[in-house]
Amino acid sequence: MNNSHQNMEDRLWEYIDGTIPESEKTFIAQMVQSNQEWKTKYAELLEVHQLLHTHMEMEEPSMRFRQNVMEEIAKFQIAPATKSYINKKIIWGIGGFFVVMLAGFIVYTFSQVNWQDAGSTGSLPVDISKLDMSKVFNNTYTNIFIMVNVVLGLMLLDMYLNQKKKKGFGV
Amino acid sequence: MNTTLTDSEIISRVLKGEQQLYAELVNKYQNFVFTITLRYAKQREDAEEIAQDIFVKAYRSLADFRGDSKFSTWLYTIVTTSCITFLRKKKLETSSLDNERVFEVADSQDSGMRANQVEQKSKFAMVNQAIRLLSPDDAQIITLFYKGEQSLEEIAQVMKLETNTVKVRLHRARQRLKEKMESNFAHEVKDLMD
Repeated sequence: MNNSHQNMEDRLWEYIDGTIPESEKTFIAQMVQSNQEWKTKYAELLEVHQLLHTHMEMEEPSMRFRQNVMEEIAKFQIAPATKSYINKKIIWGIGGFFVVMLAGFIVYTFSQVNWQDAGSTGSLPVDISKLDMSKVFNNTYTNIFIMVNVVLGLMLLDMYLNQKKKKGFGV
Repeated sequence: MNTTLTDSEIISRVLKGEQQLYAELVNKYQNFVFTITLRYAKQREDAEEIAQDIFVKAYRSLADFRGDSKFSTWLYTIVTTSCITFLRKKKLETSSLDNERVFEVADSQDSGMRANQVEQKSKFAMVNQAIRLLSPDDAQIITLFYKGEQSLEEIAQVMKLETNTVKVRLHRARQRLKEKMESNFAHEVKDLMD
């Protein structure tokens, strides 16, 4: 099927479905009136559309279907709404925690880079073999970074426990 | 049974504990849900089992229905997810638009139908047989549009697609349906067009 033919069909379907922009409606109506190819195609598509509207049947499940469903749901409780146990503040807190962690690692990595050598060697400005991981936990900045994360973690825990406490009192 | 209640009223009362009212929703949507599951599962027993699971899932998650959309749209989203999960579990043919095997299977069914049944096809049978020959995706989109009382935007929400994609898919699905009818029910189509 070539493009113009496909395009004609698409526009005719839009016309039939009533989803075509107002500005194009008159043009399509004129084409359907005056052009034999458009007229024939329109009649074909309209026939399919009407058949589907009037002749498509729904399948029916067995007679016991509704009863089976009702017996099955009798075994269950309706679960509490997701929004009642997912707190956006906690989600943002967790997000913040990871952002701070990533930022910390990036800052640390860049602090280890020897920027002056980078241009002369033509290789990556980071010499991974020179990274001394043993210094990581003796570095003041790293300690501050870990402290920030611990504080964030405690804040999250506090928010969570507060939430639980409120629920316990039915607030 | 109280048939004057709206879906939202029924849901609100079910959430307050009137579990038996859920039967109203099952009653109202069971044919549609079963029709869609049958498009995917092909076997009535499987389709009925999936449909039952869908209503149970919908019941259990009823508190999550916020009323931003129609209940039917929300329910059909569960239908779509459950049908896709079923296909994955069963490792059946997936139903993408370019899945050639789906059409090979359909074509093999065509020849059987041509031999035995075509002559006494009514319009109803013609349309419904032709729909069965489509891929589940095509059949679902047509069913949602014509029988599910869903707009293109709602179908997009149900199928997790863009509205324009739905529009194009619907056009193509109807085109394929037309081709199926023409190739399998040539006499009936000719009669209709005359």
